[in-house]
Amino acid sequence: MAKILVFLEHHGNELQKGALGVLSKAAQLGGDVAGVVVGEGARAVADEAGKFGASLVFAAEDPRLAAPLPQPRVDVLAKLVRDEGFDTVLFAQSVLAADVAGALSARLEAGLNWDLVDIVADGDGFIGKRPALADSVFADVAWTSTPRLALFRSGSFDANATGGSAEVRGLEVELEDFSTLTELVSQEEEESTGPSIEDADVIVAGGRGLGDPEKFALVEDLARALGGAVGATRAVVDAGWYPYASQVGQTGKSVSPKLYVAVGISGAIQHKVGMQSSNVIVSINKDPNAPIFEYSDLGVVGDLHEIVPKLTELVRSRKGS
Amino acid sequence: MSRASVRPADYPPPFSAAEAIATPTDPPDERIDVGILIVGAGPAGLAAAIRLGQLMEEDPATAERLGEVPVAVLEKGKAPGAHLLSGAVVNPRGIQRLFGDRLRVADIPSFGEVHGESVYFLTPNIATRIVTPPTMKNERNVVFSLSQLGRWLAERAEEGGATILAETDAQKLLVDHGRVLGVRTGDKGRGRDGEELARFEPGSDIAARVTILAEGTQGHLTGAALERFGLQGANPQVWALGVKEVWKVARPLDRVIHTMGWPLRGGRKYREFGGSFVYPMGPEMLTIGMVVGLDHRDVQLSVHDLLQELKTHPRMRDLLDGGERVQWGAKTIPEGGFVSLPRRFNAPGLLLCGDGVGLVNVPALKGIHYAIESGRLAAEAAWRALARGSSHRALATYDAALRESFVWRELREVRNMRQAFGRGFWMGSMAAGIATATKGRFPPKDKPTERDADQELIRTGRAARYPAPDGRLTFDKLSSVFLSGNRTRDDQPNHIRVQRRVPLDLAEAWARMCPAQVYEVGPSDGQGTVEVQVAPSNCVQCGAITAKGGRLTPPEGGSGPEYTLT
Amino acid sequence: MKIAVCVKAVPDAATGRRLDPATKRLARSGDLTLSDFDSHAVEEALKLKEATGDGEVVIVSMGPEKAMDALRKALAMGADRAVLVSDEALAGSDLVGTAKALAGALGREEADLVLFGQQSADGDGACLWAAVAEHLRRPTISQAAELTVEDGSVTGKRQTEFGYDTIRARLPAVVAVSDAINEPRYPSLKGIMGAKRKPQETLSAADVGGAADATTTVLALNPPPARGDSRRVEDDGNGAQAILEFLAEKRLV
Repeated sequence: MAKILVFLEHHGNELQKGALGVLSKAAQLGGDVAGVVVGEGARAVADEAGKFGASLVFAAEDPRLAAPLPQPRVDVLAKLVRDEGFDTVLFAQSVLAADVAGALSARLEAGLNWDLVDIVADGDGFIGKRPALADSVFADVAWTSTPRLALFRSGSFDANATGGSAEVRGLEVELEDFSTLTELVSQEEEESTGPSIEDADVIVAGGRGLGDPEKFALVEDLARALGGAVGATRAVVDAGWYPYASQVGQTGKSVSPKLYVAVGISGAIQHKVGMQSSNVIVSINKDPNAPIFEYSDLGVVGDLHEIVPKLTELVRSRKGS
Repeated sequence: MSRASVRPADYPPPFSAAEAIATPTDPPDERIDVGILIVGAGPAGLAAAIRLGQLMEEDPATAERLGEVPVAVLEKGKAPGAHLLSGAVVNPRGIQRLFGDRLRVADIPSFGEVHGESVYFLTPNIATRIVTPPTMKNERNVVFSLSQLGRWLAERAEEGGATILAETDAQKLLVDHGRVLGVRTGDKGRGRDGEELARFEPGSDIAARVTILAEGTQGHLTGAALERFGLQGANPQVWALGVKEVWKVARPLDRVIHTMGWPLRGGRKYREFGGSFVYPMGPEMLTIGMVVGLDHRDVQLSVHDLLQELKTHPRMRDLLDGGERVQWGAKTIPEGGFVSLPRRFNAPGLLLCGDGVGLVNVPALKGIHYAIESGRLAAEAAWRALARGSSHRALATYDAALRESFVWRELREVRNMRQAFGRGFWMGSMAAGIATATKGRFPPKDKPTERDADQELIRTGRAARYPAPDGRLTFDKLSSVFLSGNRTRDDQPNHIRVQRRVPLDLAEAWARMCPAQVYEVGPSDGQGTVEVQVAPSNCVQCGAITAKGGRLTPPEGGSGPEYTLT
Repeated sequence: MKIAVCVKAVPDAATGRRLDPATKRLARSGDLTLSDFDSHAVEEALKLKEATGDGEVVIVSMGPEKAMDALRKALAMGADRAVLVSDEALAGSDLVGTAKALAGALGREEADLVLFGQQSADGDGACLWAAVAEHLRRPTISQAAELTVEDGSVTGKRQTEFGYDTIRARLPAVVAVSDAINEPRYPSLKGIMGAKRKPQETLSAADVGGAADATTTVLALNPPPARGDSRRVEDDGNGAQAILEFLAEKRLV
């Protein structure tokens, strides 16, 4: 049976959802699953991990680990993997996790498969599922040796609290000399003025069907209600209705949010290639023959000027309650 | 109440050829000096570059005179081949004369010799085989993708010592004291309103001893040069628009096919001259295209949609059934032939070749071997200019060589055929038949051509018969533009010059004519005119607009289609 | 200051398809071009060199021989030298193998600063550079949206999910720059024409420490899972409600 270690990130006093998702998945795979939390407040959040499937959690809390820097974490993990004999280490995508996974791969000469959306058992080992070529192809990838490292795409797994508790163990920390040559000078948290279009989980985009530039307010209201970003088609950007930074499409930005709501967009291929790998696509257009309906998960044929404000209201009340 | 007929020529574009002529402005240390400058990496330009490479090898002493960069070829597309589009069934004569013993045509990547051919007259459901007109016989000719041939020729040119600068558009011809000194390349990194963006890079003056313009159809600098130096011939140039697709097919096509008739209308008032072609491209692919003269009068005539309609013919459906469309493109072809040729092909410091000056045999549908031959001859004239130290008279030897070549002879033989079709398909065919039989001796005089933009527009409801795109056999314009590989940067100045307020008929004619959906009819202003909306980033630079009342200028280098199989 | 930029030559979708004269079919192999992400790294290196007034920018890459064409684009932008690790033995290397080879080449250069683009256009993800930095045993900064070099350190503004961290690392260091850091310049014509004359070196596997055993493998390529049924609703006053229910079902609200 595999001996799995999951890298659990936390921010403040909460474990990251993505990491908990990977932990839940690891628990499903069977075998012993352990977690490791590193940094200030590690012990305090370690307990949580038990609820999501870890039977053992290592907590490394050391002033030298306070800053969210990757290299000291590589030192901690490398030692842990060697000392405890883990053969599989799983990471949930984040800026930090990617840095750690990459360096750990070199440190341990361990194979790393990244950008995975799933993992399945295969005999004694595993097979990872990885989208490639703008999600047009799915590759089955594997490891030829242990330890195996895997980095999962954001949002691949839901966190499932199954109850349970974990034994928490502290860790002694030994750092390489070059791991201490980087320092955190300052941190700035960004207020949520809304996510940028590249990072947004939700995007509401408007096209020519809006009729005139003022109607972009409908799109903005819905985006705000859903906590998302605003996108625009090339046609409306060309017409000066919205800035180029919001243009989604072949010659604009490529996005793959969890939810893409297309308002008054016909869906020509130039637009499609910029958003087709969105998880869920909902479109609203009065033309039943609009190409966008062919690749939407839900298509509503109707007048966006009536539907969108109503939807915004419904979303607000639901979130409010 | 009858409406006055609209002619595109009544609404000329806001453009003057003088805009494309300038004196050098870069200081000498910023200027780029080359020996011989060639504008256009198409068959004519690359043939010139290859011939110069041969001459440099044979005569290194003269080659020294050309400096550190002896031969430079400018190409506005992303790479050589990106803007090349043709059928193409090529007469190998031009290639053979270019390479001599150094190479056999069989060694060049191609789709092989023509193995059979048929010409059909189509009606909506029937294809009647007709005798192949003598001008259209294709035995021993070779099927090429011009785009692929361009790639290959570019490699040979580089091997011979030429420097190819892709993504580089030539915006102005540098002229001083009546002499061409080189070109100025276009700026990069300007925004929609012409403002300089963060990565703005100004164009450069490129100075050369001789400049060879091989820009292809509707050549930007060629047009300006013809005017500036008074080189235009007796008759205006006229053009056709060709729209074609490349398909992967389930069954190989065993022959070259040409058609006439449906979906074009033969009646004189329509002026719909043209036909279609289907050429095999190896065992797995074929290319199908529609070519129509731009003197067509119907407001709703759309060559792209005629191509879609053509594919619904049972014979065509059969060929494409089980297949998949893999590429699409469009380009204009100069059709004036002999009578529209410039009266001179040279000026001080300047030589003109290829499609840019109309060296196309319309009845035979051949121009590539003429382009190659003219490029070869231009290279030789440029070389003579160097060797003798005086360029003026040496460059005039190009004209003499051209007039003595097979290019001239053949163009003269077929000189009146295209004009005959202005009188309708049947009259035209008869006249063409007579001209062929007499090898051009009859009719004896040169028949004049009429400017495409002078044709009055008519409306017939033609669009009602265009097939609705089904996404499998027939396709809309936008998805077609996508398949041309066009990823033009949006945030750049509009390179298309047209009047923006014109009568509805003209606006609609442009919208239909353009295969790339660049023009759309905007709101009416209540005074009998409508706004013309322009989406320049769709443009595949076919040049049709220049024939019909507007003007195409080169956008930022690297823009436009990225053809690979056309 | 010597800056090394690690780049990858990726297939150019548009121009990379050629006809094989023998088979008359399209050949797979094609032109390679500089990855967009790496262009930002090259640009940043050039900017830093211009800011200090002197120094050298070396482009380092691993790939087939024709990758040198892509490296020339970086030379055309203004880089001084190109080094390509090219060896049959290294073809198809995975992350571990690639990182080792690149580290070998970079080790020979001993640059003060090594720059990477944050992600490669054909899917290398954000991991290769961290593996290389590990081999070089250098401090690192990732996702740098701004970079300054002063007094023997490099300071970067690093984009995270929560905002910005300002991080300082002692030189020599390895930095991965995000695509927000700059707008890569267009090479000037003079630059393009001069690129050919700049030094271009090719290294073999032996030069960089040999080839490594594979640690990962690709077993199969499958078409993506079907999108699933597409639902259509005609709005008759209930359109918004239908959407809300759908979103709720998908747990998106």
